[in-house]
Parts: sequence; structure tokens; C-alpha cells
Amino acid sequence: MARSITPLLWVLFSAGGTIAALLFPIHLFLIGLAFPLGWLEAPTYGFLRSLVGHPLARMYLFVLISLPLFHWAHRFRYTLYDGLQIKHLTALIVVLCYGAALAGSIMAAATLWSIP
Amino acid sequence: MSAPPHYTPYHPKWYRRRVSVWWWLEKRSSTVFVLRELTSVAVAFFAIVCLWQVRAVTQGPEAYARFLAWLRTPLFLVLNAVAFLFVLFHAVTWFNLAPKAMVVRLQGRRLPDGIIAGANYAAWLVLSGAITWILLRG
Repeated sequence: MARSITPLLWVLFSAGGTIAALLFPIHLFLIGLAFPLGWLEAPTYGFLRSLVGHPLARMYLFVLISLPLFHWAHRFRYTLYDGLQIKHLTALIVVLCYGAALAGSIMAAATLWSIP
Repeated sequence: MSAPPHYTPYHPKWYRRRVSVWWWLEKRSSTVFVLRELTSVAVAFFAIVCLWQVRAVTQGPEAYARFLAWLRTPLFLVLNAVAFLFVLFHAVTWFNLAPKAMVVRLQGRRLPDGIIAGANYAAWLVLSGAITWILLRG
């Protein structure tokens, strides 16, 4: 890994970790547990559709998806090194982890920007 | 004068105990460390669920209804419950480490750790309340 890109990857890890810590618990609680189990009433389709029509909401959603993916890529890379003792597969792991985060971010951007 | 050191081109075969892949279960502190590192899997899982939801909303009401039906299946309820616990663990460990990563000085004095961690927890509460408020209006 080139030395010059390491600080950038660390900033992405750090920013993504903060986004995931501040915003993921409540989003996951609502969409994953409270709405499906009927504890709280889920927002209607029409409400969400009008919400994603707003540029600010799209930027929010892009940040919400993209940065935590890079957080995962960075942390999981080291989990694989240490946990499974496969340091010799460095290049493959780097490509798979950051590549997956990049692919997810591009897919999120394409979906959000294609909204009429 | 002693004889110069004698080097061999071959690497000596040291005896090394093979470390098990489960080394981190032997000590509580290392178990907590590895569990914290594994929270990233739950983070990625939920980022993908969010992406899935956004795609469903852009595809139309039927796609969104199918997405909601999937989340009501026992498989996803269990996955989401486990992911929620891991994400909570990530949040708490992240906020508690924030004072170590972010040193704030005010008039030459270092702000106490408790204030920085407290500010993070306060932001967490305010944002969670705001998100709930927005989503429950629909």
C-alpha cells in the first residue's frame, strides 16, 4: 500500500466510525426492530419517497452508507490479518476490502443521483 | 580479538508454537478486543441494508413493500437484533476512546476526558431523537 494513501484511509476509517457510532444504532433499532415488530409505526412509502427527493436527504444517505463501508474495510482488513493470521494475503485483502467499500459507495451514489 | 561471527545463508529453524485461530478466547481483554474489531461486520451489514432500502424506495411502492416484508422474516429479525447489539458496542467503545484520539485544549488547559466523552454521548442522544422525530412524522 502506497504510503501517501494511508492517512486518507485512516481519515475515512475514523469518519466512518463516528457516523456509524452516532447514527447507526437508532436507524438500525427503528428499521430493523421497532418497525417490523410493530412497536412503532413505520413511515409510509410516500413520505420516504418525498424525503429522498430532497438533495440534503440524498447527501445524508450517501454519507450514511459510504463512510461506514470504508470504516468496515479498514477495520476488517486488520481483523483478517490478526484473527486468521493471513498476513501473506495482504494485496488480495486490500483489494477486496477497499474495493467492496468503493463498489458500495458507487452503487449508492448512482442510485441516489438517478432519483428524478 | 574474538573470531568474526560466522553467518550461514540458511534461516535457522526455530521452534515456534503454532498459535490457534481462537487465541483471543483465552483472555477476557483479548475477547473484548476481537469482539470490538468484529463490530465492523455489523456496520457493513447495516450499511448494505440501508443501500437496499434506498434502492427499494427509488424502485417504487411494490419494491419497498417487498423490502419491508423481508425485514419481518425471522432471519432478518435475528440478524438485525445481533447487529444492533454489535453496533451499540461499537458506539460505546468509540465514544469512550474519543478523548484519547481527540485532545481539546481550552485556554491552555486540557479538557477532561469525561467532558469530551460526555459531548459525544450528548450528540448521540440529540441525533437519535431528531432522526426518530423525522421518521415518525411520516
